[in-house]
Amino acid sequence: MLASQEKNTEYEDNTTIETKKTGNSVYKVDQLNLWYGEDQALKNIELDIPEQEVTAIIGPSGCGKSTFIKTLNRLTEMIPSVKTSGGIYYRNQDIFDKKYKVELLRTKVGMVFQQPNPFPKSIYENIVYGPKIHGIKDKKVLDEIVENSLKGAALWEEVKDDLKRNAFGLSGGQQQRLCIARCLAIEPDVLLMDEPTSALDPISTLKIEELVQELKKNYSIIIVTHNMQQAGRISDNTAFFLNGEVVEYDQTDKIFSSPDDKRTEDYISGRFG
Amino acid sequence: MSDNERPSIRKMIEDKASQKGATNAAEKTMPKLFLICAIISILTTFGIVLTLLFETVTFFSEVSIVEFLTSSEWYPMFSDPDYGIRPLLLGTFTVAAIAMVVAIPVGLAVAIYLSEYASDKKRRTIKPILEVLAGIPTIVYGFFALTFVTPVLQSVIPGLAIYNALSPGLVMGIMIIPMVASLSEDAMSAVPQSMREGAFALGATRLEVSLKVVFPAALSGIIASFVLSISRAIGETMIVTVAGGGSPAQGFDITSSMQTMTAYIVQMSLGDAGFGTTVYYSIYAVGMTLFIFTLVMNILAQFISKRFREEY
Amino acid sequence: MKEVSQENTSGTPTEYLSAPSNLPKREWKNRLFRTIFATAVIFSLLMLLILIIRIITQGIGSIDWQLFTNFASRHPDEAGLKAPLIGTIWMMALTGPISFVLGVGTAIYLEEYAKPNRFTTLIQTNISNLAGVPSVVFGLLGLTLFVRELSMGRSLIAGALTMSLLILPIIVVSSQEALRAVPAELKQASYAMGATTWQTIFKVVLPASVPGILTGTILALSRAIGETAPLIMIGALTYIAFLPESIMSQFTVMPIQIFNWTNRPQEEFHMVAAAGIIVLLVMLLVMNSIAVWIRNKFQRRF
Repeated sequence: MLASQEKNTEYEDNTTIETKKTGNSVYKVDQLNLWYGEDQALKNIELDIPEQEVTAIIGPSGCGKSTFIKTLNRLTEMIPSVKTSGGIYYRNQDIFDKKYKVELLRTKVGMVFQQPNPFPKSIYENIVYGPKIHGIKDKKVLDEIVENSLKGAALWEEVKDDLKRNAFGLSGGQQQRLCIARCLAIEPDVLLMDEPTSALDPISTLKIEELVQELKKNYSIIIVTHNMQQAGRISDNTAFFLNGEVVEYDQTDKIFSSPDDKRTEDYISGRFG
Repeated sequence: MSDNERPSIRKMIEDKASQKGATNAAEKTMPKLFLICAIISILTTFGIVLTLLFETVTFFSEVSIVEFLTSSEWYPMFSDPDYGIRPLLLGTFTVAAIAMVVAIPVGLAVAIYLSEYASDKKRRTIKPILEVLAGIPTIVYGFFALTFVTPVLQSVIPGLAIYNALSPGLVMGIMIIPMVASLSEDAMSAVPQSMREGAFALGATRLEVSLKVVFPAALSGIIASFVLSISRAIGETMIVTVAGGGSPAQGFDITSSMQTMTAYIVQMSLGDAGFGTTVYYSIYAVGMTLFIFTLVMNILAQFISKRFREEY
Repeated sequence: MKEVSQENTSGTPTEYLSAPSNLPKREWKNRLFRTIFATAVIFSLLMLLILIIRIITQGIGSIDWQLFTNFASRHPDEAGLKAPLIGTIWMMALTGPISFVLGVGTAIYLEEYAKPNRFTTLIQTNISNLAGVPSVVFGLLGLTLFVRELSMGRSLIAGALTMSLLILPIIVVSSQEALRAVPAELKQASYAMGATTWQTIFKVVLPASVPGILTGTILALSRAIGETAPLIMIGALTYIAFLPESIMSQFTVMPIQIFNWTNRPQEEFHMVAAAGIIVLLVMLLVMNSIAVWIRNKFQRRF
């Protein structure tokens, strides 16, 4: 509970941002539209994402699910042609507000990508990257962070003897857990996972799925997956995306047992996608 | 996760965030510094154009532009000097033409061999060695032309003067072979494999595929490489300065000395031209002519490779 | 054509399906041209070989300790490379950092900060056009701007600035390629941790691209130490019997000394010039080897 109190304290810089009551949601997405140039990729998205739960985003390729998760930490801004309208409120604050500091948002919202993307540095340097750029320089604290983060990502036992090893020498599954550990190092509030297991073998996938169950005790997790079984296994809520729209958003049990929408049912039962 | 001795990492990061002055300063100043670097390259171009323009204008206040363009005599050091650019142009283009006679056929043949015939292993061995040919300083080629190629040629062509247009032209051609070869090979390698396979499937020989399929498809890139090479030959300085001599061309006799624009600029600045004299300004007028020719050719090469690029 | 069609109609179906009658001729032609193309390659390699052997046989006899410890002299057997050798080292020490900072800075601006607009296109086009400007024109710029307008005189710094501008386009283009080779995923990982643009460039992009950038810079510098014309233009001396003391000193460099010896009528001086060329080529070989070594050793395959 102490932890959640800390999470609610805001940076000085972001206190003047327009707010909107989000209750116990971490994210409230309000009428979000997004265009790549002329093509609209997201249409009128409305979602409330609850804290300390796992929310899965499912849908066929090209439905906008990856685009959506990247708007949650404003990474879509890296593409010059992207335009957005509507609002995303993170912990009551409008992240599209001009005064909002995007670096602060991303400090609190970690992201794990489709392909494992460790830096071409040692395991140790990968983990301390975040803390270091945010000004933590004390060697003792950094060592502690490395151990805690690697333990948190269930990688400690495998790599503790050789932290100076280059991260590129790890297996794909280990690299992905290293990337999760790298996010944990700055103790985020939310973890965004963009198809984190799509490049991994079944055993590594299982490990990541177990890890997600463990992590949801401390973090709110949003995970994009094209694997419906995975969504069924690990998530509390599921949103079904199709052609840039949210077709249905409900508790995972409900979506998988008795979906309201015919299209959801068709997708779940494997009739397309 | 955090123990009692220290605040959580989250708290520490938040504390640091409020005192991130240095990071913010770097964030604001670095892009400006890099922009300044980028602007320096633009200023260099302006510097070149303005320098040439100002001094050329001074030159034309002393020598009429009509004489510069139409007179067929170039004798700046005479007591009654003549400033007609034509002999220098003639020298420049003659030497460049000799160089192209060597560089274009040989370079193109090398490109076809590397792109269409050579195995991957051969290509990876030959290309770096050819790059060495391109990396040798031009003064070395000049020395080679004067002390080796000219004497060898003299034993074949008895009337050949020590300073002549032929020897530096040939040596310049050898120097430019790698440029033609590598640019043309790039153009041919860019032709998709499926086009070759289509022709092979019809029973064409490798030569037929090379000449009737790949060559036409890569033609714009190949011609662009020729134009760039000509531009390079026109701007080449030390070979002609060392081995080409300092007398303006008297017609098309390639066995005698033919001064080029570049050689004139260097030879005058070696000490003959006092600052502020007409001769001093003449090197800028010649430099301006040289600059215009090479610039036009470079733009032409870009235009050809863009405008006529095959869409695969 | 007529002949072929006659043969085809008169042949049996099996003959018709067998190899076309002109095939041997076409294959022979293919082999002939293959030989011609290969000859062109051999010709080029042979020229390189002749050039190198000729220079070595001409110059090897003049390479001794004196060559490195003596100043230039009117007597070929006493002539040495001391001043130009030190001058070239000075020139590299000045040109290297200046062109590196300007070139890499420009590349970072274009690759990491610039928005795709007209101004960016202008800078990019300008750089590719600058790369095609003859070096002697850069010499004219250096002479006017640095030597005269900025009153630097015929000094090392005037030469180094001229050389820096000359090789700037090469460094910019090769650095851009190195920066572009850094995968977008790495940058995204950094941004997603809350890193700022500069932090991402400094801690992720530059470390990953520094081998490529260094390789390009060394190759550009090796172009600079062989350049003669621009330095003749700004008035590097051809006869000098002292070592430079500061960046404002007058100087000479290797290619200029070689040029000076080549211009003498005496055969003996040509031999010293060849010896100088050997030293220059060895320097270039060392620099190129370092560049290739860096590329192979540190270039990561992402």
